[in-house]
Amino acid sequence: MEEYNITEHNFVPKHLILDEKDVVELLKEYNISIRQLPRIFVTDPVAKALNAKKGDVIKIIRKSPSAKEAVFYRVVVNA
Amino acid sequence: MSEEYKDQLPLSIWEEAQKELKNNNLTKKQEKEFFDKLIETYKSSRITPGESIGVITAESFGEPGTQMTLNIFHFAGVAELNVTLGLPRLIEIFDARKEASTPSMEIYLDKEYNKDINAAKRIAALIKETKFWELAQEFSINIAKLQVEVTLNKKNMRDLRITDQMLLKTLSESMKDTTVRQNKDDTIVLKPSKENTELKELYKLKEKAKETFIKGISGVTQVLPIKQNNEFVILTAGSNLKEVFKLKEVDKSRSTSNDIFEVLKALGIEAARQAIINEALKVIREQGLDVDIRHILFIADLMTASGTVKGITRSGITSDKESVLARASFETPIRHIIDASLLGEEDELTSVIENVIVNQPVPLGTGLPGLIARIKKPEAK
Repeated sequence: MEEYNITEHNFVPKHLILDEKDVVELLKEYNISIRQLPRIFVTDPVAKALNAKKGDVIKIIRKSPSAKEAVFYRVVVNA
Repeated sequence: MSEEYKDQLPLSIWEEAQKELKNNNLTKKQEKEFFDKLIETYKSSRITPGESIGVITAESFGEPGTQMTLNIFHFAGVAELNVTLGLPRLIEIFDARKEASTPSMEIYLDKEYNKDINAAKRIAALIKETKFWELAQEFSINIAKLQVEVTLNKKNMRDLRITDQMLLKTLSESMKDTTVRQNKDDTIVLKPSKENTELKELYKLKEKAKETFIKGISGVTQVLPIKQNNEFVILTAGSNLKEVFKLKEVDKSRSTSNDIFEVLKALGIEAARQAIINEALKVIREQGLDVDIRHILFIADLMTASGTVKGITRSGITSDKESVLARASFETPIRHIIDASLLGEEDELTSVIENVIVNQPVPLGTGLPGLIARIKKPEAK
């Protein structure tokens, strides 16, 4: 029995791993350190599916009821 | 056309602007003016930096909450399926209780099955957790032969699509040290393989047999296929999303659970956030109240910011606060202060509550920016 690909679920928005250049830009834009970003665990099913490592920043493109699309960022941390 | 403005506006506004542009022929110059004005209006209608949105959100939930206390003991839902709603459910969501009081799932079916009630019933029977006692009319202990005899309920077995062979097979697999066989008159005999069994052990065997898991998904105690928007949907009492995702007849991308921790485990933190929003919205809508969606979004973001779901409680998001005084001012102040003094914690007084306590201006609104004035020396004439 093949495993269900959870990234296809309606509740799961698009997750992308940012490359380092974009991370630097992001932190500069908001004038924050990486520790101030919201978090996602390495053990999170979606992070696992993306093969994300600790310290990666994941860009999440959510469907938003007010803005239609909203971008959110989470840094991968150990659980 | 006008792509350069796309980054500066939310997608919904941008798309609406595109529609308007199509209807009205504007010159390049007018278009630029239009977008400049639009962006300016958008920027000025955003919430200002330093606004205390937390308090606004708390108020926005608090007022409708008082309305809800008037009818807290309402149970609603379809047919015999009970679902906690109203204020108790809202508290459950925001406290992030590990055990939901009425976990339930909404299972959508694939296109081939969702129009046919019989197919829906068949899948529902597949999902429902069935224990041996549900298939039996009577359990009795035969003292002379030292065995347990079970009279089967044929109708229930037909409804749940369980054949005699299936039942015998699962029973003999799960009951160790027991021989299972079937008499001609639809009774099943369970006999311990060991000679000279005591009566007490026989009684234990009977009780164990009753609770033996036959088939289905563990945790799902009730199933109910209902018609919803021209298709059959299965509602359940009890939740086990991970197992449901293993069934091939299920439309997995739409099936959900109202148990937020289950969604978190199966689909991750972003899905849990979505589940919080949906569940909170469901309660508020059902009560006929109106809370702006952005307040709910904000709470959901806050609860999921740490990578797991944390409730608005002293063990949840409040424990993440940096300031000792802020933590102490919420609940159990003495414990927080004692712990902090034992650890030698420092309070930077960077947030609101601690500054109120020490009687200083709070960093909100106009109190947020610090002003440094550089006084120019008057130029010598």
